Amino acid sequence: MSTVVFFIFAILAVASAWGVVTSKNIVHSAFFLALTFVGVAALYVLLNADFIAAVQILVYTGAVSIMVVFAVMLTLRGDVRESSEENRKWGWGLFTAGLLFVVIALVILTNTDWRILAGPWTVQNTAASLSRLLLTSYMIPFEASAILLTIALIGAVILAKGVKEDK
Amino acid sequence: MNFNLSVGLSTYLLVGAMLFCLGLYGVFAKKNIVAVLMSIELMLNAVNLNFVAFNRFLAVSSVVGQVAALFVIVLAAAEVAVGLALVIAIYRTRHTTNTDEFNWLKW
Amino acid sequence: MFTEMHSLYEWAWVIPALPLLSFLLIAFVTKRSKGLSAAVSILAILCAFGLAIAIAAGVIGSGSEIVKHPVITSINWLDISGLKLNFGTVVDPLSTMMLFVVGLVASMVQIYSVGYMHGDRGWSRYFAYQSLFAMSMLGLVIATNLLELFIFWELVGLCSYLLIGFWYHKVSAREAAKKAFMTTRVGDFGLLLGILFLFSKYGTLDFVHLAALMNGTAQGLALAGGVGYITLTAFLLFVGPIGKSGQFPLHVWLPDAMEGPTPVSALIHAATMVVAGVFLVARIYFIFQHAAPGALEFVAGLGAFTAIFAATIAIAQDDIKRILAYSTLSQLGYMMFALGVGSLTASMFHLMTHAFFKALMFLGAGSVIHALHEKQNIWDMGGLWKKMPITGTTFAIGVLAISGIPPFAGFWSKDEILSAALQNGHPIIYAVGLFTAFLTAFYMGRLFFVAFMGPEKKENHPHESPYWMTVPLIILAFFSTVGGLVALPYHNFAFYVRNYIFVNGVVSLGTFTHEGMAWGLAGISVLFGLAGLVLAYMTYVTQTVKAEAVAARFPGVYKLLKNKYYIDEIYLWIIRNIMDGVGKVLYWFDIHIIDGVINGLALITRGGAGGLRRVHTGQLQTYALVFFLAVVVIFLAYTMGSGQVSALNPLAMLGGVK
Repeated sequence: MSTVVFFIFAILAVASAWGVVTSKNIVHSAFFLALTFVGVAALYVLLNADFIAAVQILVYTGAVSIMVVFAVMLTLRGDVRESSEENRKWGWGLFTAGLLFVVIALVILTNTDWRILAGPWTVQNTAASLSRLLLTSYMIPFEASAILLTIALIGAVILAKGVKEDK
Repeated sequence: MNFNLSVGLSTYLLVGAMLFCLGLYGVFAKKNIVAVLMSIELMLNAVNLNFVAFNRFLAVSSVVGQVAALFVIVLAAAEVAVGLALVIAIYRTRHTTNTDEFNWLKW
Repeated sequence: MFTEMHSLYEWAWVIPALPLLSFLLIAFVTKRSKGLSAAVSILAILCAFGLAIAIAAGVIGSGSEIVKHPVITSINWLDISGLKLNFGTVVDPLSTMMLFVVGLVASMVQIYSVGYMHGDRGWSRYFAYQSLFAMSMLGLVIATNLLELFIFWELVGLCSYLLIGFWYHKVSAREAAKKAFMTTRVGDFGLLLGILFLFSKYGTLDFVHLAALMNGTAQGLALAGGVGYITLTAFLLFVGPIGKSGQFPLHVWLPDAMEGPTPVSALIHAATMVVAGVFLVARIYFIFQHAAPGALEFVAGLGAFTAIFAATIAIAQDDIKRILAYSTLSQLGYMMFALGVGSLTASMFHLMTHAFFKALMFLGAGSVIHALHEKQNIWDMGGLWKKMPITGTTFAIGVLAISGIPPFAGFWSKDEILSAALQNGHPIIYAVGLFTAFLTAFYMGRLFFVAFMGPEKKENHPHESPYWMTVPLIILAFFSTVGGLVALPYHNFAFYVRNYIFVNGVVSLGTFTHEGMAWGLAGISVLFGLAGLVLAYMTYVTQTVKAEAVAARFPGVYKLLKNKYYIDEIYLWIIRNIMDGVGKVLYWFDIHIIDGVINGLALITRGGAGGLRRVHTGQLQTYALVFFLAVVVIFLAYTMGSGQVSALNPLAMLGGVK
């Protein structure tokens, strides 16, 4: 049963990702992206990471996708059907990405340590465990990311607002 | 929510690799800078998927990998905020989102 | 006495440091204030001079102790494998005497300059240069090794250039400065080659070490690759003094150097810098001694030739400073041949007395030029003695001193040189020296009688110079008078300046011998000097001998002398024809071959860049693409290298650490 669920969402995610990078319409790309996020979120659930899945849905599918759509709307010019085309070097890009995939696939498939099925999941409450880790072992990165978010917020505001000419 | 998984680690990793490489292709090939940003998000998701999958298969009694994924999400949120702000700032001065014209590093 | 003074000797570095400090102060702080600049400069040189006197007193008191053990204070400057260089000071009789002479002349000249340079726009610059020169020259004489000496050697050359070209708005001054610099450069190149030759064989440039290595033993000579090698080195080293001390054929720059302010001529081109060559030969005298006898004979011959050569030119010159310049050349020749015939002490003695009276005469000439508003031709002067009594009298003392009339300083030193030449078996050189003494007396007499006695010119309104100028004249006149008497107690200057090289219990030279005064020889040279003065008196005052008639009888000779043997013209011809021809060939080579290669390289570079430029698109996407492709390719290359794909270890391959 879970295998079927896995393949449904895995294929959904990969296919949507494919759509993101191949669609000529940037708005379609944005929607495909949201779909990919949903697919990945489902995979998180399958991996017992329910909290991460929730965050994924909230942050990515909700906030990021919406921001991307806003950016698209703010910067869109001309015909939306030709808004996201490939550049001249797309062939090389395809070659490199393909080659990398082949290499990674070879690494994954030839590594016998990874050819395993999952054991029983022993963590009872992921959210509680996560919070405990974040506020103990990962205290400093946690605070640092708080600062980072603040800085990113201010930076984004300043960048988007622009500097007045007379200053 | 305890699924009895019959799908192995390798399969998850392969899905992650696919997402990553598709994102990479997008980064290389897309003309629209917003599309490039989306592709980067794809790549970050692929990484997150790997973190969570490794956590599930190799460390069943801990959520360390999930913590890492959480940090990546935080970074991605910051990245997308700043990135899109940059796109808008560039668009304001250059009136374009076409990466072919983003060539100020030239010569 | 020796041990008490020892700590003082270690402070010898302060002597050059003071003028350096003054140079920096003037250049960076007091430049705008004329009075302060002069005060700083003079104060510094006077303090240095005072210290030099203190050291000199100590050295005289120490007697032979300091000859055996010169006080060397040095710090390590550079120490890399195969090259160890020290920077330091050496206090021995030779350097002490030079410190005294340089300090005296430099301080007199600086005081004099206050009067002479009055109102000059470059006042502060002038004193800054003077201080820099004093620093370089004082550093030169106390250098402990050849490289240190060479550095200061070049520095005095630089100061000479700066001061000759001091009035750079005058074309002739600029040209003279360039000429002096280029000509001495030729000599310096030889000197540098010689230093390198020495270093490549001995691995040290320290005077004491060199002497110890060379001294005596067959081992030292074998190390040196035999006498031939030393001789070659000695000749190369001697090229430096030829240039600096204006020996034939590199003498041409010195007369032109008179374009600088007259005090500069007195300081640099008469009393101190030009004797640096003589001093250098004295310092490295042991090298000449170990060289084949030809080396010293060459020094002697060249010195004697320069002496008579320059003296004959001086007879026919009209410019007061040029006469003095050729006289300087002639006297430098004297010092050289004194070294050549083997009397280091006589040479040093003459160096000292010459510094006194030549500085005196140059400053006197400056006083005259100052009074006559830049007139330098002696035929435009006349009757100056009455109008300028102090200048006239002191100048007369200088003339008597250089002519070798007792008891003035020149008599003692010149006599010592001549007797050394005869006693060491060089009769021809003795004869040349004697005749040069006669010529010297004649042309100095001519200069004096024409300029200072003779009829007054009514268009001139000379007046005595200010005290700033006359006081140094008087002090120098005092030294010119009594300076020679230091030799009296033992009739030999060697009592004071003996050689400093004393290794393995073997005194290599400069043995202090009680050489009696050769009164007979002294009498002959005094006669020759007097004869010269009398002949000059008869020619130019009583006019019993008509100068014009003599010139008319030998028009060729007169013309030859007047034009300084056409040496400048010969050089010009060589430069115009031979050098230009070579230059044209080299120019063609440069344009077509060298530039061709360079241009070819440039074209290849440009072509390559033109091609590679396309790679540089300025688009980050392209860069990222290349980056990733390269990572993948490198990864694949490693895995292929390790044999099989199944051996892939992602952690190891991607730089992960377990």
